[in-house]
Amino acid sequence: MKVLILKNSLRTLVWAIYAALAFGLLWGIVALVRMNGPIFFIQAIIDGLRLGFMYALIALGYTMVYGIVRLINFAHGDVFMVGAFTSFYAITRYNWSFVPAILLAMLICTVLNVVIERVAYKPLRNAPRIASLITAIGVSFFLEYFTALSFVFGPDFITYRRPFPVEVWNVGGILITNITVIIVGITLALLLSLQYIIRRTKIGKAMRATALDKSAARLMGINVDGVISFTFALGAALAGAGGVLYAIAFPQILTFMGIMPGLKAFVAAVLGGIGSIPGAFVGSLLMGTTDVLVVSFMPMGSRLRDLIAFLILILVFLIKPTGIFGEPQAEKV
Amino acid sequence: MPLLQVEDLHVAYGAIRAIQGISFHIEAGEIVTLIGANGAGKSTTLRTVSGLLRPMQGDVLYQGRSITRTSPERIVKMGISQVPEGRLIFSSLTVLENLEMGAYTRKDKNEIRDTMKQVFTSFPRLEERRTQLGGTLSGGEQQMLAMGRGLMSRPRLLLLDEPSMGLAPILVDEIFEIIKTINAQGTSILLVEQNAAMALSVADRAYVLETGRTVLEGDAKELLHNPEVREAYLG
Repeated sequence: MKVLILKNSLRTLVWAIYAALAFGLLWGIVALVRMNGPIFFIQAIIDGLRLGFMYALIALGYTMVYGIVRLINFAHGDVFMVGAFTSFYAITRYNWSFVPAILLAMLICTVLNVVIERVAYKPLRNAPRIASLITAIGVSFFLEYFTALSFVFGPDFITYRRPFPVEVWNVGGILITNITVIIVGITLALLLSLQYIIRRTKIGKAMRATALDKSAARLMGINVDGVISFTFALGAALAGAGGVLYAIAFPQILTFMGIMPGLKAFVAAVLGGIGSIPGAFVGSLLMGTTDVLVVSFMPMGSRLRDLIAFLILILVFLIKPTGIFGEPQAEKV
Repeated sequence: MPLLQVEDLHVAYGAIRAIQGISFHIEAGEIVTLIGANGAGKSTTLRTVSGLLRPMQGDVLYQGRSITRTSPERIVKMGISQVPEGRLIFSSLTVLENLEMGAYTRKDKNEIRDTMKQVFTSFPRLEERRTQLGGTLSGGEQQMLAMGRGLMSRPRLLLLDEPSMGLAPILVDEIFEIIKTINAQGTSILLVEQNAAMALSVADRAYVLETGRTVLEGDAKELLHNPEVREAYLG
């Protein structure tokens, strides 16, 4: 009885915090719109959503891999970086056009991530989870520093030459570039294909079955190792495409460029509910929007943006660790 | 040649020896049951036959070939399907998708459709609920789904682990009727049950397991009237 009362009052408290956050957010938005005018605000939202779409391409890989093997693949942000560099070499050195370059980046990232899984994670599948987590961090550092060697990608910032000229359209005062249109278009196309694969195809259904119960999946004759590889491949293809789009949007690339977007996408996946695909998408859009709003409107925003992102992570863990779409972990009987 | 022959099987989970010398066989067309208390090694035996566990010693022969080094996928393909303890329905997949997963190792879409029709004939309630999520079914329906899913690979040998667990008596009767029908249609069955009376009444032959060993075997109807068995398992 007492426990019940405690639970209820706790729930009320949590809702009160949600209400306060929602109110604060609303108040902040109203104040911002009044201060700077709606155009500036809408511009920030659009830029934020654009960033969020790119985060989503990384966050989906985090969340899918977590759903299947309960591992946070911290090397995922570095796979994203390899995608950016692959397209750089294809476009700048070999004069490939945009579409083949992005396809090549997706392919290279897929192979890379499948190899990482086979070499680094698969041998540890029955080890304590902390072992594979530390390995993931190790793989991440390895990719960053190995590719920073002068005979690989090199340690310096490289200017990325875009495969097409930038065009800017003025829509009632709001500036929209062809880059934004391309990013949103490609991301939506990839997300729809992902949804199709997961919902409709045999391997996609096997992925969902494996995420729910590995030994039941084995008893159906599902090759669980194959499904895990496929999941890493799918996540990497999205991250590779994300890397190319990110480099086109912010045309300075570096082998450490994957760290921050990778971590932000991780926060986004946790915010949406780790393991949930719609969660990763919604979380990423929120994350990207927050990022740009902080930079645009907060004093010293560009220094605070990362702080705010990780503050969100801490708040999610404190208030609702399962995130927006996450279901409470079912207890195993 | 028996359909399945298990010889002196020893299986351990790490340092814990779950099975220490189990032997039994199944002839084509039979229903064979393994009975015994909790922890006697019944589920471990089934998991080993399905290839989820590797034995330390002993052998599992299916149609005369050893399958102790064969992958679970291959074993399903060879014609052994398991309906696991606790049913293990894929809760956020629909009934239809659960059944499709049962046919995962098969390629021919038309044949799969035919098998699904047969399953729906045996379990009409599944057809009514085909678009519902597995997790929203009642316990009895989930058991039917688990059995239907197990049949989707068109097994020659069906392993049933505690099909009556947690079901109301009237549903238990229904499930056991269906088991008899499945067997009559030509599928051999290895049945593991705590409900020994029920299991012995449908089985042809039975083995009694105790702490990881086979201690008694015989005709199911005879065991049903064996005083020792009655004392220990039929209360």
